[in-house]
Amino acid sequence: MTSGVSRRRLIAAGLISAAPAAAGATEFRGEYPWTGGAAAPAGVGGGEAYVFFTSAEAAFVKATAARLIPKDDLGPGAVEAGVPEFIDRQLAGEFGHATRWYMQGPWSAGETTQGYQSRYTPADLYRAAIAAIDHACRREFKGETFAGLAAADQDAFLTRLEKGAVELGGIDGKAFFEMFLQNVLEGFWSDPIYGGNRDMVGWKLIGFPGARYDYAPYVSRHGERLALPPVGLEGRPSWRPR
Amino acid sequence: MPTRLAPVDVLVVGFGWTGAIVAQELSDAGLKVLALERGAWRDTPTHFAPTFDQDELRYYWRYELFERLAHETLTFRNDAAQTALPMRRLGSFLPGANVGGAGVHWNGQIWRFLESDFVARSHNLSRYGKVAIPDGMTIQDWGVSYRELEPHYDRFEYLCGASGKAGNLNGQIQAGGNPFEGPRSREYPNPPLQLTWPPTLFGEAASRLGYKPFPHPAANLSRAYVNPLGVQLGPCTYCGFCEKFGCGNYSKASAQTTILPVLMRKPNFTLKTECEVTKINRDSTGKRAVSVDYVDASGQIFEQPAELIVLCAYILHNVRLLLLSGIGRPYDPDTGEGLVGKNYAYQITSSINLFFDDKIMNPFIGAGAHGMICDEWNGDNFDHSRLGFIGGGYVGVVQTGARPIETHPTPEGTPSWGGTWKRAIAENYLKTMSVVTHGSVMSHRGNYLDLDPTYRDVYGRPLLRMTFDFTDNEHRMSDYITDRASEIARAMGPREIKINKRSGHYDIVPYQTTHNTGGAMMGADPKSSVVNRYLQAWDVPNLFIMGASAFPQNPGYNPTDTVAALAYWSLEAIRSQYLKSPGPLVLA
Ligand SMILES: Cc1cc2nc3c(=O)[nH]c(=O)nc-3n(C[C@H](O)[C@H](O)[C@H](O)COP(=O)(O)OP(=O)(O)OC[C@H]3O[C@@H](n4cnc5c(N)ncnc54)[C@H](O)[C@@H]3O)c2cc1C
Repeated sequence: MTSGVSRRRLIAAGLISAAPAAAGATEFRGEYPWTGGAAAPAGVGGGEAYVFFTSAEAAFVKATAARLIPKDDLGPGAVEAGVPEFIDRQLAGEFGHATRWYMQGPWSAGETTQGYQSRYTPADLYRAAIAAIDHACRREFKGETFAGLAAADQDAFLTRLEKGAVELGGIDGKAFFEMFLQNVLEGFWSDPIYGGNRDMVGWKLIGFPGARYDYAPYVSRHGERLALPPVGLEGRPSWRPR
Repeated sequence: MPTRLAPVDVLVVGFGWTGAIVAQELSDAGLKVLALERGAWRDTPTHFAPTFDQDELRYYWRYELFERLAHETLTFRNDAAQTALPMRRLGSFLPGANVGGAGVHWNGQIWRFLESDFVARSHNLSRYGKVAIPDGMTIQDWGVSYRELEPHYDRFEYLCGASGKAGNLNGQIQAGGNPFEGPRSREYPNPPLQLTWPPTLFGEAASRLGYKPFPHPAANLSRAYVNPLGVQLGPCTYCGFCEKFGCGNYSKASAQTTILPVLMRKPNFTLKTECEVTKINRDSTGKRAVSVDYVDASGQIFEQPAELIVLCAYILHNVRLLLLSGIGRPYDPDTGEGLVGKNYAYQITSSINLFFDDKIMNPFIGAGAHGMICDEWNGDNFDHSRLGFIGGGYVGVVQTGARPIETHPTPEGTPSWGGTWKRAIAENYLKTMSVVTHGSVMSHRGNYLDLDPTYRDVYGRPLLRMTFDFTDNEHRMSDYITDRASEIARAMGPREIKINKRSGHYDIVPYQTTHNTGGAMMGADPKSSVVNRYLQAWDVPNLFIMGASAFPQNPGYNPTDTVAALAYWSLEAIRSQYLKSPGPLVLA
């Protein structure tokens, strides 16, 4: 028996190209490999214009984000932090396409302990769920989309969505809500290089000092409010030359 | 047809923690060693530099360092009545995928198992009688003792520069250490890490209650250190990006920071990356492994012959490779026969959040193994008569760093979003901490690994199928130690606590631990184990299988110190006996 792996099969799976291969493996011997200047920095989010959301979707995302983390006397909320733009970039990229996830069928709902089993990628799920939610709202609220509802109606609707109590024509509203809320938290608290957490407002709200690398001087200063101003991977606005 | 390559003396499959240890020892013995790693090269300055390493989104939530499930995953179900479905996104555990394996993004919690853990079956039978081991519990003795492993634990701890305080030196109990641990031949190479306030408060409360708390043993360095290979590590800076992240500071022991600078320079060692081993080939007798097949990144298939083959691919991939190669008899839960895939186990954990009004905890400061622990309820350190379970776990505060997307606890009854939630996180983040429990999982007849009948990887090969649930024994044990942990938590004087018990079925979604065990058990008898006490396959003597796949059940501690100690123990037998006369090291 062979291992059941054939080049033809790999080509069919789209894993490799049919053209003669370039070096497929890297060999190391007799030296510790290191290349200067080859460090692997993160991909960057930034920018204002939406690249994934349509304007109707953007209106929904903004309205929802504003209810999940509202602007109030404590400070900016998710919208002011740039969370809608953050989610937009995430959906346009690897995450939106579920590049790293296992997305082969057959498909089956399974038990909750078996985790995410939808054939929708995050980008697909946002697209389908937002359309279905706005459709449901129009029916229920005399033609209004979610973004057009009063805050109290929005909260009540989201509470039902979170419980899986909104009928969305085959779309799992609960799974969508869960993903949305998680992405909102990510946009509020990830490094500002990804477009959210603008001015590090998410970190300032709770007192997280950000991407620091050395707390050794503070370990034994028990109970002290250190009030270290947060630092992102690109520093702090005040560090940059004006 | 695969391209056949020139033979080597030793072929190492997978280049993580055990792969690096094996390659280092066997190249030292003068052999020509080749390691095949499916992932890519990874080194500290290029891939984990402190200028970009503290990125919670990229490394944890977008899984940058972990296994790519699009390429290979496993299927999962709680019991055989369900249809197993693929793990489509990572959750409960996070297998490694590149040079250094999961050792790149572990925490460095470096624990020895108890003396009684290695004889779990006979010990519990003799102390509690037959009632201790209910029907369906399939625990076994290991075939190796703590005392035999002691020098090898010591070896790994000195390689890593472990920081801690011995509790038992050659039988003498030491104040400030773990009084329950087996005897150590010498003190840790480095003193314990410094402590932040939460573990300090835990230690004070536990002492007041009459327990014996001690610093968590850490493969995070408390000071600069040069290990026996001459590799230098730096002191930990408590940055709080440890578990799930690489270390940019050379302060967390990993293959990169302890072995590779020496190993990579050797002329008789070769590493090939982007090479995924797909099968182990045997000769016509079936008793000798002759080569492996592997696929490189361009899809070319090669056959690599070797005299000695060592599987170091992590437990899940070790077991899958055995099953795909038809080595050993697959376990059948209906008949109880067959051994490959049998006794899969995991870890059971729980936690308690504490909320204070007036104490600033600075929870963002942390290191992977920075904490204070009580071991009163681990293993058989306490009397289990009439408790209705065996096993146990440690209880303590391990402050690894509260990265906010992952860690933002709120008091009981707080909504999960909106203005009230926002106020709760703003008020509580700096003033919370948690107490955790980390418990054993006994093996059970219905918990096992085999090949999935439906789902396939990118190469079209069956995925591994995991069938697993916590049994009553695990729930009773975990609830019991969570109650003990809650008592200590209350004694710390918080405004309120929130208890997160591990109730219900095992759920593959929330992260718990990457402490998967079993499936290629070690033991004294080929009728009940896949490998002998030296991790040599009973059926194929020139095949050795490293890793937690050898654990017959999972004790209440993190696995890696024991995984490494077993590797050194096996390597000593290979070097002193096997190489002189290749063949079975134990007669069946
Ligand atoms: C987030 C996290 C935290 C952890 N914390 C702790 C802790 O604090 N304490 C503790 O004791 N343990 C901890 N662990 C577990 C620890 O990392 C593992 O026990 C240890 O790395 C196991 O060593 P290994 O050599 O068996 O596997 P690994 O180190 O994972 O190495 C296996 C290697 O094999 C490669 N491989 C797999 N299949 C193939 C194939 N077919 N062909 C070629 N190569 C292959 C993989 O890519 C990988 O590089 C943690 C793990 C994780 C993920």
